[in-house]
Amino acid sequence: MIEVKNLSKSFGEKGVLSDLNFSVSHGQSVAIVGKSGAGKSVLLKCLIGLVKPDEGTIYVDNKLINSMNFGQLQEIRSNIGMVFQFGALFDSMTVGENISLALQKLTKLSSDEIKERVYNSLEEVDMVNTEDLMPSELSGGMKKRVGIARAIAIKPAYLFYDEPTTGLDPVMTDSINRLILKFQDTGEVTSVIITHEMRTVYDVADRVLLLHGGEIWFDGRPEEIKNSDDLVVQQFVTGNSTLV
Amino acid sequence: MFRFLFYPANLLIDSLEGVGRYVELMASMFRSIFSWHKYLSLTIDHLFHIGVLSIPIVILTSLFSGMVTSVQAAYQFESGFVPNWFVGSIVGESVLLELAPMMTALVMTGRIGATIAAEIGTMRVSEQIDALESLSFDPVSFLILPRILAAAIMFPVLIIIADCFGIIGGLFAAVNAMDVSSLEFIRGLRNWFRPFDAWFGLIKGLFFGVAITSIACYQGYYTSGGATGVGKSTTATVVISCVAIVFLDYILAAILL
Repeated sequence: MIEVKNLSKSFGEKGVLSDLNFSVSHGQSVAIVGKSGAGKSVLLKCLIGLVKPDEGTIYVDNKLINSMNFGQLQEIRSNIGMVFQFGALFDSMTVGENISLALQKLTKLSSDEIKERVYNSLEEVDMVNTEDLMPSELSGGMKKRVGIARAIAIKPAYLFYDEPTTGLDPVMTDSINRLILKFQDTGEVTSVIITHEMRTVYDVADRVLLLHGGEIWFDGRPEEIKNSDDLVVQQFVTGNSTLV
Repeated sequence: MFRFLFYPANLLIDSLEGVGRYVELMASMFRSIFSWHKYLSLTIDHLFHIGVLSIPIVILTSLFSGMVTSVQAAYQFESGFVPNWFVGSIVGESVLLELAPMMTALVMTGRIGATIAAEIGTMRVSEQIDALESLSFDPVSFLILPRILAAAIMFPVLIIIADCFGIIGGLFAAVNAMDVSSLEFIRGLRNWFRPFDAWFGLIKGLFFGVAITSIACYQGYYTSGGATGVGKSTTATVVISCVAIVFLDYILAAILL
């Protein structure tokens, strides 16, 4: 379970997040939406300890992560798989090495077991036989899939996705959404998905939070956001810039 | 108008902030130095990239530096008051004390410093450093420690190579450009040779190597602003490293000579 209380973050003079309060239950799939620059990615990085909040507390599995040192954060992160917006694959490593790197660091698996885990993770995202390719040889969609394979390889309890479908064609978007759903349906994973895409929200989320002006403007189910009368919500859902 | 007036003050504050962050980053790197064995394979990779791949350019620059020194020394000896075999002494001392370490450091600033800053900077702006952290890696230990260790080991080795080829270049030019036999050149070389001169060059190499790689790692690590930011970090690395090299050159000479 993730619990966020009174979270605020600003960069210099610019306030990004202001007094956020929400929690994510075990097994839930929460989409966090909002305009560009609304602070969605900053929020996600706060949840994994990559960005330190100015105020407030973040609990992951009842452990306060704000005050953790690097060693304690390592333990928490070993249970969180993070999928970055553009994959964030290590350029100097092959696909296989990208995935096995975390397994070598975080698990005590033998090299054969690691090879098998790499193969299985790539199979899950329909990318078998790409172990020896370099990231520069992959398309945007393939990079995102490998990014997902790297995140799921450690068999995490939490999966955080930072804009997993942004910039992809509709078919690839559907394919990534199905992957997210597949991991979610195991019932063992809690997902937090940062996205702009309402289609992803409707397809994969149990609950949606809309960030606006640094605050949580809307918190509800996907069908509720679709039918909301609020102009800010409607503007985002319909993409009509003249509404507000 | 006001912006112009406050520019020196802002520049000073930014510089002090930068020094503070650099010291903090290096302190963090030194704290992780005892876990060097975990990053041994990465260090070996960097030994190859920083050291072995730089050998041709170091040979080339040191060879010509030695040749130029020889020709210029010969030009100054034209009066006839100084015996020709002094060319060997001049070349030997110049190469060991100054030319080999300095030329190697300046060449390596462009070849290694700029590369490291661009690599780490690109990793920063493409979230690869965040990805490393999210996978429970300490980016300072993973990215910075192996590079600085490799530079600390390989720079003195490169200086030795530069010493040898600088002297060979000087010998070649002396024999071909003026009436000095190789035996006379070696006589001059041996006459003024002090073992400490060679050690001094190696000590300078060690300091220059650590300075160049640490400045490059720092600039890359704190890159922001996409491709433009990577370009700025790379430029800053080359400029700051060059200034740091001449500054260190003076400090080390003042302390050790």
